[in-house]
Amino acid sequence: MSAREDILAAVAAAYGSGPRPDVAVPRGYLADRPAPGDPALLDLFVERVEDYGARVTRCAPLEVRHAVIRALAGAAPVVIPPGLDLDVPAALLDEGLAHEALDAADAVVTTGTLAIAETGTIVLTHGAGQGRRALTLVPDLHVCILDAAQVVADVPAAIARLDPTLPQTWISGPSATSDIELSRVAGVHGPRSLQVVLVSP
Amino acid sequence: MSRTFVGMPPFPDAARAALADSQLRANLARATATIRSKRAAAVGEVEAWEALREAGAAIKDATLARLDEHLLDLERALTARGATVHWARDAAEAAAIVIDVARAHGVDEVVKVKSMATQEIDLNARLAEAGIAAWETDLAELIVQLGEDLPSHILVPAIHRNRAEIRDIFRTRMAAAGRPAPQDLTDDPAQLAEAARLHLREKFLRAKVAVSGANFAVAETGTLVVVESEGNGRMCLTLPEVLVSVVGVEKVVPTYRDLEVFLQLLPRSSTGERMNPYTSMWTGVTPGDGPQEVHVVLLDSGRTRALADEVGRQVLRCIRCSACLNVCPVYERVGGHAYGSVYPGPIGAILGPLLKGVGSDEQVDSLPFASSLCGACYEVCPVKIDIPSVLVDLRAQVVDHHRGDRVPKAEAVAMKAAGWALGDARRLGVAEAVAGVGGRVLGRPSRRAAPGGRVALGRLPWLGERWTQARDLPVPPARSFRRWWSEERGRR
Repeated sequence: MSAREDILAAVAAAYGSGPRPDVAVPRGYLADRPAPGDPALLDLFVERVEDYGARVTRCAPLEVRHAVIRALAGAAPVVIPPGLDLDVPAALLDEGLAHEALDAADAVVTTGTLAIAETGTIVLTHGAGQGRRALTLVPDLHVCILDAAQVVADVPAAIARLDPTLPQTWISGPSATSDIELSRVAGVHGPRSLQVVLVSP
Repeated sequence: MSRTFVGMPPFPDAARAALADSQLRANLARATATIRSKRAAAVGEVEAWEALREAGAAIKDATLARLDEHLLDLERALTARGATVHWARDAAEAAAIVIDVARAHGVDEVVKVKSMATQEIDLNARLAEAGIAAWETDLAELIVQLGEDLPSHILVPAIHRNRAEIRDIFRTRMAAAGRPAPQDLTDDPAQLAEAARLHLREKFLRAKVAVSGANFAVAETGTLVVVESEGNGRMCLTLPEVLVSVVGVEKVVPTYRDLEVFLQLLPRSSTGERMNPYTSMWTGVTPGDGPQEVHVVLLDSGRTRALADEVGRQVLRCIRCSACLNVCPVYERVGGHAYGSVYPGPIGAILGPLLKGVGSDEQVDSLPFASSLCGACYEVCPVKIDIPSVLVDLRAQVVDHHRGDRVPKAEAVAMKAAGWALGDARRLGVAEAVAGVGGRVLGRPSRRAAPGGRVALGRLPWLGERWTQARDLPVPPARSFRRWWSEERGRR
């Protein structure tokens, strides 16, 4: 028998010949939460992101370009993904840059798909404006532009809105490790700085 | 060369050696105290924590009851999204699949994301035998690999090392594996992390093949999930052209929605954070983004054996958070190596025997006894694995397994003798009288007191020492209860 047949047969045999248990999943953890973009959620999101050591700038739609330039703080070169609807000065468009070119970049500017207030998480699904996964990984500074309406309350609210067939990266603060005496150190392999620009009308 | 757990001594022997290492005990006490308080704060914040635990346990139980159907769904979904699915009955089969993939691309090295499944099957050593170097990229795994050491914790494999020891390992060992550590490296954790960043970056950028595990595999969509902190996981899952993920069959969850439970339970239970820095999800091959050749190895390696154990099958709910290690009074004192397995602590004490089978060797059979049954592990488990009950059941299985041994264990002899004495009132009376005389003689020179103020015996000689070296044996009373009863009440 093949390994596949063997394993499937062993699973079937494990419960014996009787009926298998029917287990219902209780979802008592679901709660009524504020709608996306609620002002209380925005405040919570900012607090939780900053708790990880990331910086948040809140601004109006017309101030986005200025806020991004301030967040970049002179970092260069900057790479941007296709579909980013923002004029970033002297930015290099990612049209299949080699790993070495990404490694040479100091910063990357993208948008995101949504954000989770309770956990201070931003989620990228790597479409237009967000770029392939490597783009937001190799440069040392990630500036992420989010719209207030993209901020949802909690993890279940995020899962309900996401398409599982798209690649996803959930980001909660800058890269970190607790592997040395369990004390948290910011910055190992991913971007050591995360700057969020939160846009509300 | 990496060391393996093969041939480790039984728990009591290994524990005695570990207890004598005061540096180890200091490192562990500090680290577990830190992580315990972080976890308590992160969990205390969630009002619905108990409801999340109930949901997590139920999702896993429901999945296990239909595991074959979910595995076939997973295979179908993965294949439809361009991934190649392999099945492996055991460690050797899984390693052979990884080696074949690496050879097909002509590489002599792979980069690795921290993965318990690949640790369990000793994949690095098997790859090395095939002439393929496996570079661990998680910081703690790197420390263990460079130090030619063994992991001692599920989440933080180098928890037994302090910063000074880590600096020494980096200074002396990094050069042989690639980019050397900076000359002026101090023991500041930020500097140590920076040294690892520089050392590994060249490996990430040139790697053609990566090997990972997965925290979850979603059957309906074929989505794999890796939860991590440092970004080494993202590097491995994104930059190489080829990705092989070795996934235990129990990692499957039926629906994408089920992740809403586990992505709340896991980070708060393991690192004590609201959310870990990075979670990656991928579904087969995404054109133009990440590896364009994706393999998934579905691994049994004892899991179907555990599934057949009615009491023990709940161990397959485990999401490898390691909360039970951090609260365990036994783990805190002896550390992970004493358990002789990549799975230490309370979960390891049941997972090892259930995966390998009771009676497979003396070391495995010693594990269910490596516990005081205090129950702290059950209390913190995010998927409500009743570890104490499984431990007790496994103890019974070990005893049953050894009933036919030619040389019975001392405990079995003692129990037999007790059964003989307790089975007859006259025999019990004689035994009590003898014990009373013995108590009067032995109790006189003893200055030890058991809780409650009763005089306790010191160390007994010979066979008795095995009992009394770690326990107080109360001095038998000069007058037994039954004699007291007949003398005081019998006269009326």
